[in-house]
Amino acid sequence: MDQFTINLLFVGASFALYIGIAIWARAGSTSEFYAAGRGVHPVTNGMATAADWMSAASFISMAGLIAFTGYDNSSFLMGWTGGYVLLALLLAPYLRKFGKFTVSEFIGDRFYSQTARIVAVICLIVASTTYVIGQMTGVGVAFGRFLEVDNQTGLFIGAAVVFAYAVFGGMKGVTYTQVAQYVVLIMAYTIPAIFISLQLTGTPIPALGLFGEHAASGEPLLAKLDAIVTELGFNEYTAHHADTFNMVLFTLSLMIGTAGLPHVIMRFFTVPKVSDARWSAGWALVFIALLYLTAPAVGAMARLNITEMMWPNGGVNGEAVTVQQIETEDRYDWMKTWQKTGLLNWEDKNGDGKIQYYNDKSEAMQAMAAEKGWTGNELTKFNRDILVLANPEIANLPGWVIGLVAAGGLAAALSTAAGLLLAISSAVSHDLIKGAINPQISEKGELLSARVAMAVAIVVATYLGLNPPGFAAQTVALAFGLAAASIFPALMMGIFSTKVNNTGAVAGMIAGISVTLIYIFLHKGWFFVPGTNSFTDADPLLGTVKSTSFGAIGAAINFTVAYVVSGMTKPLPAEIKELVQSVRVPRGAGSAQDH
Amino acid sequence: MADNSTNDAYWSANLRIIVISLVIWAIVSFGFGILLRPMLSGIAVGGTDLGFWFAQQGSIIIFLILIFNYAFRMNKLDREHGVDEE
Repeated sequence: MDQFTINLLFVGASFALYIGIAIWARAGSTSEFYAAGRGVHPVTNGMATAADWMSAASFISMAGLIAFTGYDNSSFLMGWTGGYVLLALLLAPYLRKFGKFTVSEFIGDRFYSQTARIVAVICLIVASTTYVIGQMTGVGVAFGRFLEVDNQTGLFIGAAVVFAYAVFGGMKGVTYTQVAQYVVLIMAYTIPAIFISLQLTGTPIPALGLFGEHAASGEPLLAKLDAIVTELGFNEYTAHHADTFNMVLFTLSLMIGTAGLPHVIMRFFTVPKVSDARWSAGWALVFIALLYLTAPAVGAMARLNITEMMWPNGGVNGEAVTVQQIETEDRYDWMKTWQKTGLLNWEDKNGDGKIQYYNDKSEAMQAMAAEKGWTGNELTKFNRDILVLANPEIANLPGWVIGLVAAGGLAAALSTAAGLLLAISSAVSHDLIKGAINPQISEKGELLSARVAMAVAIVVATYLGLNPPGFAAQTVALAFGLAAASIFPALMMGIFSTKVNNTGAVAGMIAGISVTLIYIFLHKGWFFVPGTNSFTDADPLLGTVKSTSFGAIGAAINFTVAYVVSGMTKPLPAEIKELVQSVRVPRGAGSAQDH
Repeated sequence: MADNSTNDAYWSANLRIIVISLVIWAIVSFGFGILLRPMLSGIAVGGTDLGFWFAQQGSIIIFLILIFNYAFRMNKLDREHGVDEE
């Protein structure tokens, strides 16, 4: 059986499973559609949250970004897990106590203002749409590889599948489907990592292998990796090269953003009790950590494998891989399959029949290249987003592992895209249309508008996904910045402050999201249209603050504006102070309430 | 429904746990993982130093402990102050 057929079998079987579950648990009333009838066990909910959360960015993209940068991209690891601490301590239990369907309903009620609710909805839609763009980038890579078509065609096919999938069921379908997706994606991520860790270090646990010994050389794995990448003129893997201030801000933006994303917060409305919301955040992080503790090992080991593959004869002092080897040897097959997607390429620039892979921007390497007759790095394109999916092929693992990874990558992209589309559609239909424009809308009308909103969101995301503002994880990081600057401060002040009033909250959210959005557009192009940017992240407007790191500053602006404006306007009415007091204590939460 | 003074005591106990947890949260990630990494560079861990370990593994493990510890303590605190869900 060839690899294509094996992939098809794995992907087909996993899809059949999800769709089967969706049919079995098909949503009935609108109440069930949004919050799964409010009766999901905290462990189950944690697992579903993990699937919802770990998207194309975590699964497909993150390890690749770590692999090619090393320590400097640790921000992704700390940021996307550290946010759960904020979520568990500062938001989840209180929002569950409040007990409404959506995040913007809380903001509308707490700040006793329809305007606040609408502003929150708009912030949610902006952040979620940016997030979906990042997902579509990942979907394009995954479908492109799996169907062996170019990236763009993969993206269109993927978009159609995501849409059909999200329209199909509501949250109930999604909750149990997501449990299944979690199981598929975590197996797909860890099994190849275990194989590779065994090959390289003899340890079956990748997280231990990362800090273990490289079996072939007897040196510590990371020391070996540092040695072979610096030999080619690249930065030392474990060293700190990034600007420290920007790295701190970026990590903080990802953490705050994690706690401000609607599709994750919504999940904590689905557990029966306030105490369950606390446990559930912990369980979610357990399931997430299984992937996040494996990811840095995947990155480091893949970097080692790729580098050794390009220099199979004892590093830079031996001979580089030959074009003939790439074309004929089985272990280089992955290069040819990925070339078809347009995301990997090589070119024998100096016509010596070999492909020299090195950092042609390093001065020391330029000197060596001149001496040896090299005319630049010949591995001309290596898209970071392909690394995880290509990893089992690079390590020459059995066909079924490769098929499993294809299914896992699609599960990751699909589950998050579906969760986000649900958040967008409920924001539009429930908060915007039912809450503000037409309160008399029928249940049927509400469901219809939810689906129309999904369709619009996916079309916009697909269009922008054709020319994404960065690799999947980088685009997703922008979405986190937007959520950090708008939603998180409003929620936190809503719970922890009895001073911030309606005018303050609205002014804070508007200031936070607009400044952040403008800063991002200045660097990434207006509405992410390429070529319309005035600055780049290599040379940002504000010193070293990259647009991906601006969310933390946006959040600070939001907090400051909200407090200052609240100080100048009328204090909170007594009944809102009571509402805040009641949100703070679990008693009276009403388990699994029905609407 | 518990009266206001009970709720105030409950809330300040909650805030104390939150503040302590967040201090630890910041020290392991921003501290050991990034800013204080040069200070930890003398402590070798598997081919690199302790700061690298905190940035790519240690902080995640501590985050997990923080959340479970918080859930455990708060659920106990709820009962002590009589504000738990019956």
